[in-house]
Amino acid sequence: MNPFQTFKGLVCPIDRTNVDTDQIIPKQFLKRVERKGFGACLFYNWRFDENGNKKPDFILNQPKYTGSSILVARDNFGCGSSREHAPWALQDFGFRVVIAPSFADIFYNNCQKNGILAIRLDADRVDDLIRLASQDRFMLKVDLNQQKLTADDFNETFDIDPYQKEMLLKGLDEIAITMTYEHEIADYEKRQAVIQ
Amino acid sequence: MKSRNIIEKIWDQHLIHKESGKPDLLYIDLHLVHEVTSPQAFEGLRMNHRTVRQPDRTFATVDHNVPTSENRETKDSISKIQIETLQNNCREFGVELADIYSPHQGIVHVIGPELGLTQPGKTIVCGDSHTSTHGAFGAIAFGIGTSEVEHVLATQTLWQKPPKTMQIKVNGKLGIGVGAKDLILAIIAKYGISVGTGHIIEYTGEAIRNLSMEERMTVCNMSIEAGARAGLISPDQTTVAYLRGHRFAPKDAAFDQAAGRWLALASDEGASYDRTIEIDASEIRPQVTWGTNPSMGTSVDATVPDPESFDSEEKKQAARKAIAYMGLKPGMPIHDISVDVVFIGSCTNSRISDLRQAAQVARGKHVHEGVRALIVPGSYTIKKQAESEGLDKIFKDAGFEWREAGCSMCLAMNDDVVPSGKRCASTSNRNFEGRQGTGSRTHLVSPAMAAAAAIHGHFADVRELDVAR
Ligand code: SF4
Repeated sequence: MNPFQTFKGLVCPIDRTNVDTDQIIPKQFLKRVERKGFGACLFYNWRFDENGNKKPDFILNQPKYTGSSILVARDNFGCGSSREHAPWALQDFGFRVVIAPSFADIFYNNCQKNGILAIRLDADRVDDLIRLASQDRFMLKVDLNQQKLTADDFNETFDIDPYQKEMLLKGLDEIAITMTYEHEIADYEKRQAVIQ
Repeated sequence: MKSRNIIEKIWDQHLIHKESGKPDLLYIDLHLVHEVTSPQAFEGLRMNHRTVRQPDRTFATVDHNVPTSENRETKDSISKIQIETLQNNCREFGVELADIYSPHQGIVHVIGPELGLTQPGKTIVCGDSHTSTHGAFGAIAFGIGTSEVEHVLATQTLWQKPPKTMQIKVNGKLGIGVGAKDLILAIIAKYGISVGTGHIIEYTGEAIRNLSMEERMTVCNMSIEAGARAGLISPDQTTVAYLRGHRFAPKDAAFDQAAGRWLALASDEGASYDRTIEIDASEIRPQVTWGTNPSMGTSVDATVPDPESFDSEEKKQAARKAIAYMGLKPGMPIHDISVDVVFIGSCTNSRISDLRQAAQVARGKHVHEGVRALIVPGSYTIKKQAESEGLDKIFKDAGFEWREAGCSMCLAMNDDVVPSGKRCASTSNRNFEGRQGTGSRTHLVSPAMAAAAAIHGHFADVRELDVAR
């Protein structure tokens, strides 16, 4: 996993609540056995019509948002299916940061495991970001170490669990870390074998 | 000793490592695997020269994109690769697989309990959000992503933040014709799809105690639709009676010992929760969803709501979008909504008792002209059981399609798809845009309500049918 430290990118606002993972990546694209290549299918049913033509009114199809790498949306982003294909698709498309007032638990975890920074921010501040990013091309700087978001007319701090922060900053392989607890796991298994 | 709820008890029993500033390292007793969310995880093991730590605690099946046609031939070459990839991975890593022609094949959340793999007090995970189903037995069971699947395969553990706990207490009794599906849909309609975020829910109260194991699975299955990490029900004699004699359940004296341990897990008298919600079961009526998330639902005798009646601009807008997508009109009676497709199946409602309820409604009747109605049993075992009871004949005589086991039209990854613009009464758990096929319109209902919609061609109140009495 690539470490995440500071990042500056173009913000794309998706003014919706409850964006579910079926929308982020529809199930017809879940059949692949690789992790790569899902970006082309991101928000497929919103981006393309039945004939595969781009729908001009969907925000990601507007030239102004080409090259977006920070997504802002409303409450309960990523609800529904546990498919990790959702963060894979976001990442493959170029998104490194997702900001919303709240996220579904599994989606939030899945982002962290893939080096995508999911930021919970007050609904009022998300509202500001959506407004700013809807008006013009809006660039935002994200500093994970300082837990800060900055732009010309936007300044905010955000909270993040210290453990998850460290994992992201260092880009650590969680399995390798867990394996250093081998003793404790093996002990636990021995104790269980006695009970059962 | 301080009284504890079942969630705290199971959590504490599975702690391997606890340290401030870090999530807890939790042991995982049972890991269920299916074809869609596992290929990248096995690939990760292979790339890092890792093995499956506990193949005996890992069990796999193919369900999401298997065809439900009689010959079970996969025409779609990409699905085929995914299924073959799981077959190869299971062989290579020594994991038992209930393969497509196996007598144990079925939806992963249906076969776990059926085989007795699901037991009280276990921690159970699967790369699938409806893993919460297994909580019906008094287990902590939750869905995980593919990176976590890989982590569990390699280490049999997961790093997890201790959950907040929520009690949903359902007082009183459910009325005639009102079932577990109506109960959970009504809870979600009332409290919304993110009420449970960050929590594990324990369902308690008289109405819950009165549910059969299969009904409890229906309730716990949809915990995730309330945003919860998991949902569970304290084990009792209903749980113990169900488990006796199942393939992986303990045998003889060991069973009785285990039963004692299971019953002791139930939440203590006076246990506390971070949050408690109480509802009255007797007020619940048969439910039908009208929108594009599971909380957008109402009673069958009500009408499609007016978006302007919601209290925030956000909700108004969401309701407007949903009603437009669903092709409905505000104020329209739910009764008047006609259906094109009826799907009875999925890990929510495809067990034998669900099929019996649907058959009771369908017996001697005929599917309405122009409606396509499918019955997809949750597992091969259920299919055989239903056939031995003659349910298949009732359905076929009534004009339903009788199919092989799998997820099928719940998420339409195989050929069972609701055509664009068509309307489906479905016993599954998600009515998201395009869930059952691009442009499809889904109404979530109970098996009895689905069967009634198939017969009448529109939604009908099962309490008014003669079978209800
Ligand atoms: S039946 Fe539907 S919800 Fe259940 S596991 Fe299959 S796809 Fe998921």
